[in-house]
Amino acid sequence: MNESVTAADDAAASVAALQARFSDGVVRHRLVNGQHVVHLAPGTAKAALAWLQVDPAQRFNYLTDITCVEYRDPELELEVVYQLRSLSRRVDLRAKIGLDPEGPLSVETVTDLWKGAEWLEREVWDMFGVVFRGHGDLRRILMWETYAEGHPLRKSFPLRGHWSRAEQTRQALDANPEAHYSLEELSIAEAYRELPKDVQARLAESGRGPLP
Amino acid sequence: MTPRTIEMQLSTPTLDASGQVRTVPLGIARRPSESVHDDFGADHMLVNIGPQHPATHGVLRLVVELEGETVKRVIPHIGYLHSGFEKLGEYRHYNQIIPLTDRTDYLAPMANNVAFAMAAEALMGIEITERCRLLRVIACEMSRIISHLVWAGTTGIDLGAFTPFLWMFEERERIYNLQESWTGARLTTSVSRVGGMMADTPEGWEEGLRDFTRTFPKVLREVDTMFTRNAIWCGRTQDVGVISAEEAINYSLSGPMLRASGVDYDVRKDRPYLGYDEFDFDVPVGEHGDIYDRYRVRLEEMFQSVRILEQALDRLEPGPINVSDPRVILPPKSQAMSEMEAMIFHFKQVMEGITPPAGEAYVGVENPKGELGYYLVSDGTAKPVRWRIRPPSFLNLAALPKLCEGAMLSDVIAINASVDIVMGEIDR
Repeated sequence: MNESVTAADDAAASVAALQARFSDGVVRHRLVNGQHVVHLAPGTAKAALAWLQVDPAQRFNYLTDITCVEYRDPELELEVVYQLRSLSRRVDLRAKIGLDPEGPLSVETVTDLWKGAEWLEREVWDMFGVVFRGHGDLRRILMWETYAEGHPLRKSFPLRGHWSRAEQTRQALDANPEAHYSLEELSIAEAYRELPKDVQARLAESGRGPLP
Repeated sequence: MTPRTIEMQLSTPTLDASGQVRTVPLGIARRPSESVHDDFGADHMLVNIGPQHPATHGVLRLVVELEGETVKRVIPHIGYLHSGFEKLGEYRHYNQIIPLTDRTDYLAPMANNVAFAMAAEALMGIEITERCRLLRVIACEMSRIISHLVWAGTTGIDLGAFTPFLWMFEERERIYNLQESWTGARLTTSVSRVGGMMADTPEGWEEGLRDFTRTFPKVLREVDTMFTRNAIWCGRTQDVGVISAEEAINYSLSGPMLRASGVDYDVRKDRPYLGYDEFDFDVPVGEHGDIYDRYRVRLEEMFQSVRILEQALDRLEPGPINVSDPRVILPPKSQAMSEMEAMIFHFKQVMEGITPPAGEAYVGVENPKGELGYYLVSDGTAKPVRWRIRPPSFLNLAALPKLCEGAMLSDVIAINASVDIVMGEIDR
């Protein structure tokens, strides 16, 4: 019990230092169930996260998780949530970036800071449609690449999906065989030569092309 | 009777009509313009492994780019077992989510059940009873043992050792029998509830577990004898799939994968929950970050789990397993039928479900595969706004392309096995 109190105090110190460094960058700070949550302004969030990672007094070197929360109340912001941890200081901190659920969902990637963010950001893109600017390989991860029904964890997405079961089955059976390999894989080696001419042309131009 | 002679027509006559030796060109399907040795050129080869392949430990698909036999790149594809648990959880009451947690990491279902109950309790600020706490510790450590047994057994098979697999599955069967007699199910245990446990252990159950802790280390030592100094095992695992401590942290690895690289972080020690700080146990830490160290870490963790189980059994005393909190646990039937207040609580719980206050909580526990985190967000209704699973093997698997850099094709199988993945949890 004693230890967790110290850890919470340490997190409070980190929040205070963050507020001193990025005064306008910290929109809000809350203590929920003993866990510190800071809301970061989208503009300076990347800089704040980078500072938290490398500053010798903070050392949040471990990215526990990235996820996203959309509330049932449409007035509330959609939040991209970063669970940060300092392994050496044994301190946890939760940072959030609020986005307008109606507007374009886009934040900067943190894959250059934490390699572990690569798949986590892909999952948030897949499930919520948040674009991570600068992510090198922002493909769908749990759903297949040509999945067109939307982003399943959005509140506007019904539990059974947008389409009827018959339509979903038809789409699955009609899936383009090209989708069995990603375009990146098709660019490897011998498989490239077997490709239809138009796919070869697409690969030669721009890889995957613009995001859907 | 004269012996019979049967003349047989060989399907491929060795001589053709003109008396020349007939050969079957191996590259018969090759286009005429290509020479026989085309395959050995500088071209990279694309090899697809899985999703239906026993060595990928589930429906994992790996696309491997090879140059000769050296791996240039590994591209994992996941999602074949995606069930939408997180979405489903938003339409379920808190106790209804517990059966879903069985099906995520299905090799350690009881540990998931406990973790979810802890997350919901953190949301509501509930302190569980002493007996419940110890039973949960026992559930977690039993799960750790069976999960590591499956890992060591299947990895042994991948590398050509079949016998230890049978020994370990025999031991695993004993824990499954204990699980069955406690929960009624071998795999889908659903053993915890918010604020307590589904049921107390049946009579004589503790003796069964004690018997297990007495005899199990003997089998583990036999496994140790078979593997730890085995030349084939060492040759296949040492210095293969190496990741340094800094990289392991940067890749967000957790559990044995992180500790094998020399990072001394175990949630049980560093963020004690369920009173793990009162138990006397050691956390094994590797130094090379290769497959061999991961094996050593997991093997030692099983010995330590036995120690924890023994201590928990020593402390286990009769007592209530559920908190007496009418928000989460139904009042006794006799009270519900005789007292107005108890009946109201009963009605509210059955009709509305458990209703935590608006808020959020992240609870991370040390699962066999690494740190399992449940992040619950509530808006004050009986169903969570968001139930996020932080699956340890999802993040551990994400480092596979890094681990396989420059390895041989056969090492990919060994490295993939060493990550200890379970697709139910990765795909959710």
